[in-house]
Amino acid sequence: MDYNTAIVLAGVSILGLTAGSVGSFLVLRKRALAGDALAHASLPGLVGAFLLFERRELFILLAGALVSGLIGIAVVAILSRYTRIKEDASIGIVLSVFFGLGIVLSRFVQNRTTAGSKAGLDSFLLGKTAGIIAQDVLFIAVVAGFTLALLLLMFKEFKVVTFDQGFARAQGWPTVPLDFCLLALVAVNVMIGLPAVGVVLVAALLILPASAARFWTDRLGHMVLLSAMFGGGIGIVGTLLSANVSGLPAGPVIVLSGTVLLLFSMLASPRRGLLAKSWRDFWWARSIEQRCLLQEIYEETERAGGSPPTKADVVHRATESWALSRLVRAGWVELQEGRVRLTSSGLVRGQEVVLGSRLWQAYLEEYPDQAGPLADLSMESIDGILPVELVTHLQRLVREQGRWPALSMGEPT
Amino acid sequence: MKSPMVHVHDVTVAYHRKPVLWNVDLVLDDPRLIGVLGPNGAGKSTLLKAILGLVPIASGTVEIGGKPLAKQRRLIGYVPQRESVDWEFPVTVLDVVLMGTYGRLGWFRRPGSKERAIAIQSLERVGLVDLAHQQIGQLSGGQQQRTFLARALAQDAALYFMDEPMAGVDAATERVIFGLLRELRAQGKMVVVVHHDLRTVPSYFDDVILLHRRLIAHGPVASTFTRENLRKCYGGNLAALEMAAEIVAASAPTK
Repeated sequence: MDYNTAIVLAGVSILGLTAGSVGSFLVLRKRALAGDALAHASLPGLVGAFLLFERRELFILLAGALVSGLIGIAVVAILSRYTRIKEDASIGIVLSVFFGLGIVLSRFVQNRTTAGSKAGLDSFLLGKTAGIIAQDVLFIAVVAGFTLALLLLMFKEFKVVTFDQGFARAQGWPTVPLDFCLLALVAVNVMIGLPAVGVVLVAALLILPASAARFWTDRLGHMVLLSAMFGGGIGIVGTLLSANVSGLPAGPVIVLSGTVLLLFSMLASPRRGLLAKSWRDFWWARSIEQRCLLQEIYEETERAGGSPPTKADVVHRATESWALSRLVRAGWVELQEGRVRLTSSGLVRGQEVVLGSRLWQAYLEEYPDQAGPLADLSMESIDGILPVELVTHLQRLVREQGRWPALSMGEPT
Repeated sequence: MKSPMVHVHDVTVAYHRKPVLWNVDLVLDDPRLIGVLGPNGAGKSTLLKAILGLVPIASGTVEIGGKPLAKQRRLIGYVPQRESVDWEFPVTVLDVVLMGTYGRLGWFRRPGSKERAIAIQSLERVGLVDLAHQQIGQLSGGQQQRTFLARALAQDAALYFMDEPMAGVDAATERVIFGLLRELRAQGKMVVVVHHDLRTVPSYFDDVILLHRRLIAHGPVASTFTRENLRKCYGGNLAALEMAAEIVAASAPTK
């Protein structure tokens, strides 16, 4: 690896690392869009700084970008607080207006100055990693070090403020300054990301790694760490790809590598991934189906005075016939000459299921107004969910209605 | 003379210039269980939030133990409404309960083994120790509510404010909360609870605060939780009023 590539890789991986960790808080605070507005709103400041100082030093340009980015966020806050414009519309307005202004300003620069400098400004739109020099890396590293130190030092404070504003304030934490502090960290990380990823896509560097990391862990600390590693990783992968294929701008390639990572996490995560989730949902539906089928067999038998129903009476769908075979395997029912007969253990099990269902039904009929949040019919029994006196009352009610399941099986006919 | 635990002095709270609480004057003292009652939109939560400094007070003052709230934060424990947070947040039950110790820790210090012991102990008191390492989204509503209670216990406060802790919880949770309220009072703490189920008022609380934008009445259940006061508070809401009458009648002989 030559010296230049090493410099670029160092810069981009540090950038991804710190953006990923700050991004976790941004995403959890549900401010991802604000990050994007901040990035877009930085363009007029960046170009303005160049117009004002006529210099191309990164520090000066990024200082200008930071100022106009923060003005953009302030405008969002003012619009949504003092006018009838809602926050999402305010973000949309600031994002496009500031970006439009930035583009107009940069054309103005283009018409006025020599070709060399305008090419420099254009690279801030989509990012150009090749231009990163050792001095820039030092600058990125300083900002990153500051960011990580602050996150480490105030991890507990940021955690409580992000999770529960009201509680944090009641506990005496200055929630508004802490929130602002987080936003300021987002802002400086957007700035150092501009040269490599560009105005249009830099927010993705904050959002993608954090969103992907969320799928793999349920601890905030682990999520921040993982997101940092993801950020660094996609930075390196994206940079290498864009360096080796001519004409590919770095920003989009980094974002696309992040997207691949996110898609993979979304599908494959063992606990939260879509595949695992549809697997669990599928089996949940099967278990409900199995319970309902057992209940139907029990109630059909009950209705027929103890004589077992035929298979056609209780099985109406293909999945139900599959459920029936599972009931057979569990030893709760047996098939005899086309009839579905409950075994002795099936009788006990069936009675539990039917009783649970009838108690729920009695509860819903008796107390329709208060049943709302408590009536979870996927729970087989009301015990432990409803108060003991209520359970006793409902049991008496079901008994009085003559709906207490008490099937006993005669000899097979 | 000793200053009262809570002195709400002529407090008015307004959202967008619409007063939600009007000129409320309240003195709360002694270890008592106090229910805050009133119809929907009566300003029950707002009263709590005003005392805790979570909403701007348009006029009036709140004093805790004779001093401004900012100096007395350590004395206060808070159980917000369950809906106020995102339960998908990546924290475990223990993490949330540990947050109760943050106030005592102060800036920059991380919770250590001492704080963990406090958190575990608080979880034991609400019967959730076995779920300490679960992500909070996997809990039932009642368990989530108990997590919030455990966090408040970990605050080790002298004065507790709870916003509808018994809304939509299962029987086990209701029993736990009921037991805890008594335990806290026995330890000499004051507990102020926003409550919506009139039926359980006489069995849960020593005092009630009846609120409907203005303060309707405040005092011991026996003398304050009366038909007359409930009518002033719930007005034309006949169903609530009839129910309340039944409850008052039923609880009268035991007093």
